[in-house]
Amino acid sequence: MSGRRWRGVAVLLIAVASATAAGAQGEAPTGTVGRRPVVIGSKPFGESYLLAEMFAQILEARGHAVTRRFGLGGTEIIFPALRQGDIDLYPEYTGSGLLVILKAPPEPDPVKVFDIISREFRSRFDVRWLPPLGFENTYAMSVRTEMADRLGMRTISDFARVSRDMRAGFTADFIGLPDGLPGLRAAYGLDPGTVNALAPAVKYQALLAGSVDIIDAYSTDGLLGRYPITVLEDDRRFFPPYDAAAVVRGALVREQPAVVAALGELSGRIDVVRMRRWNERVEVNGEEAARVSRDALIEMGLLADAARVAGPAAGGGEGGGTSLWMYLWSRRAELARLTARHLLLAGASLLAAVLVGVSLGLAVSRSRLAPTFVRAVGGLQTIPGLALLAFLLPLLGIGFVPAAVALFLYSLYPIVQNTVTGVQEADRGAASAADALGMTARQVLWQVRVPLATPVIMSGVRTAAVLNVGTATLAALIGAGGLGDPIVAGLALSDTRMILSGAIPAALLALAVDWTLGRVQHAVTPRAFRSR
Amino acid sequence: MPSSPALSAAGVVRRYGAVTALDGVSLDVQAGECVALVGESGSGKSTLLRAFNRLTDPDAGTVCVSGDDVRQVDAVRLRRHIGYVPQDGGLLPHWTVLRNVALVPSLLGQPDVEAVASRALELVGLSPAEFGARWPHQLSGGQRQRVAIARALAASPRIVLLDEPFGALDAITRSDLQQVFASLRARTGFAALLVTHDLHEACLIADRIAVMRAGRIEQDASPREVVTRPATPYVAELLTRSHVRLEWVS
Repeated sequence: MSGRRWRGVAVLLIAVASATAAGAQGEAPTGTVGRRPVVIGSKPFGESYLLAEMFAQILEARGHAVTRRFGLGGTEIIFPALRQGDIDLYPEYTGSGLLVILKAPPEPDPVKVFDIISREFRSRFDVRWLPPLGFENTYAMSVRTEMADRLGMRTISDFARVSRDMRAGFTADFIGLPDGLPGLRAAYGLDPGTVNALAPAVKYQALLAGSVDIIDAYSTDGLLGRYPITVLEDDRRFFPPYDAAAVVRGALVREQPAVVAALGELSGRIDVVRMRRWNERVEVNGEEAARVSRDALIEMGLLADAARVAGPAAGGGEGGGTSLWMYLWSRRAELARLTARHLLLAGASLLAAVLVGVSLGLAVSRSRLAPTFVRAVGGLQTIPGLALLAFLLPLLGIGFVPAAVALFLYSLYPIVQNTVTGVQEADRGAASAADALGMTARQVLWQVRVPLATPVIMSGVRTAAVLNVGTATLAALIGAGGLGDPIVAGLALSDTRMILSGAIPAALLALAVDWTLGRVQHAVTPRAFRSR
Repeated sequence: MPSSPALSAAGVVRRYGAVTALDGVSLDVQAGECVALVGESGSGKSTLLRAFNRLTDPDAGTVCVSGDDVRQVDAVRLRRHIGYVPQDGGLLPHWTVLRNVALVPSLLGQPDVEAVASRALELVGLSPAEFGARWPHQLSGGQRQRVAIARALAASPRIVLLDEPFGALDAITRSDLQQVFASLRARTGFAALLVTHDLHEACLIADRIAVMRAGRIEQDASPREVVTRPATPYVAELLTRSHVRLEWVS
């Protein structure tokens, strides 16, 4: 496995030079019918992992090769990835398909919704909706039972009347999407005094602690039944039906009908009670998604008891009793692989940024346009990470290349900025004396300004490198791999150990990179300044 | 053939936006002569100095070095043949003392630049063995200026420009360096143009003094003449303010 991955990485590295290669990547496999592994994606939350894992295991049990690309960040990332052929299928919800992807008006009737999306997805995107799995996971606007009782609050309308004095804790998706807060505002006049963006993993804690008064829970959340929480009734039937189903690329349906048949075994088999129980095992008990999925398939009679679990999510330590260090140790091979991948991602992008950034910095540093140019490069820095990735997606797809390009763009600024500053500020007296004594402009640049600027340039490179190692964890959201994988998965599955198994190596890596580049900085600093 | 002046400016005008730094200045420095440009900050003395090695180009007028119009000469070649000492020394901080002094000989492609640089260091009273391998930041202010002078003289130029070379030094060090400079000139006979705001220094070192004010030369005469017969009320006022004493020029 790791050998093949490394060769893949090498190929991708070469592809950095020609970004277009990535676009072609999605189309290429069309000819190799049957033998290509089915690529399964999931969004970065627990239920999506569970369902995707069930898809994967039933396909494996039916003899299909499978590649898992789980934790892809949000509908705006994962659906374009499906259209481009970076993944073949993933679990989606009919309401999201209607409102978020088609941007169609809300429709309360589940049958009509499924009808619309089946038709539109097929004709517009060549994507098929398989028959729903059997449960709905809609938004469950939830408040503390104590507060609901005290205020006699039963419906969303009741809440909307007093919402001005309330604090909301919503997931980032919910705050922005039409089937979330903007829609609720229009339908109910619901307008909380303050809105906090919360990660799914912490919203229940925030609600119970009284930090917020309302959260956007999901009706299948495992935690819903365990706490004194009341779900408000959607009395105006604002939320459309959110039936879970697999969405599949049309090409896969045509080339590998057996895959569709295997997935079809799940249709109509999962009810909301089962799903909530399985979610609870993952989210509350901290069991692994792969194990719970296997148990679920066995419980539904789709998998024989003895069937073995495959896939990366299954390779972890057993039980919750082992210490964090034992857990990290048991995953050392995987973590080493992720660290190497992470380093490659951060390193390749940094190297490109150093080459381009220093050249650009030197080119503009003596020009009057320098401040304007530095500001323009700084502007890149202000684009939020996910927005930049989503922007690059139509051009480069998902995976290593777009992540490296995004990191490259982010690391340009500190490098360009420090190059320009370093060259401009480098001992003006020395540079002008060198000029006055007959050095050519080129000699002044290369023999005076650049050597004197090198420590400043290197400190920019160090800043960029440490930022890169941190930001590269976000790359997991577009399937680039690296130490962000366990962080994203751990956040989705409320698994602190899993989060730490990515976060601790990432932090150590940042320290190691900083230390190493500190040595490099020392080495390139002119000898005259080292003893100071 | 009568030799042309080492430095010659005729009707030189230089404006920076609305400010006229040089307002039609003419000045000759003969071979082997030392002329001091004296004046307050902003009087245009540094601008005039910098016109000779083309660190600034005049808007009007003619500037000649050894009889050649500087606009006809490649600026880089011109500069390599004119010694230059700025106020802060301008040593390259990442080069050793010896390499700094060897700068111009190396630019000129001379052989055995280290020996040349060592001799220049000795001229300014610094032992190459003791100081050659040091970094500029390991020197005192006076030592740095000695190195800067050695660097200006290393390639044995016939002309040296000095821009407030001793301005930042304490009184004792300044006096030492003024003597070093005077004896060097006596020995090697280069022409020098020296910018200074210190009338005492000008009297001590220079053969002639040009007093500048607002981009013009108020008086251009020997130190004795300037001190005893100031040409304008401004020069007289300058003498009073500088507490000039007659024994400086005797």
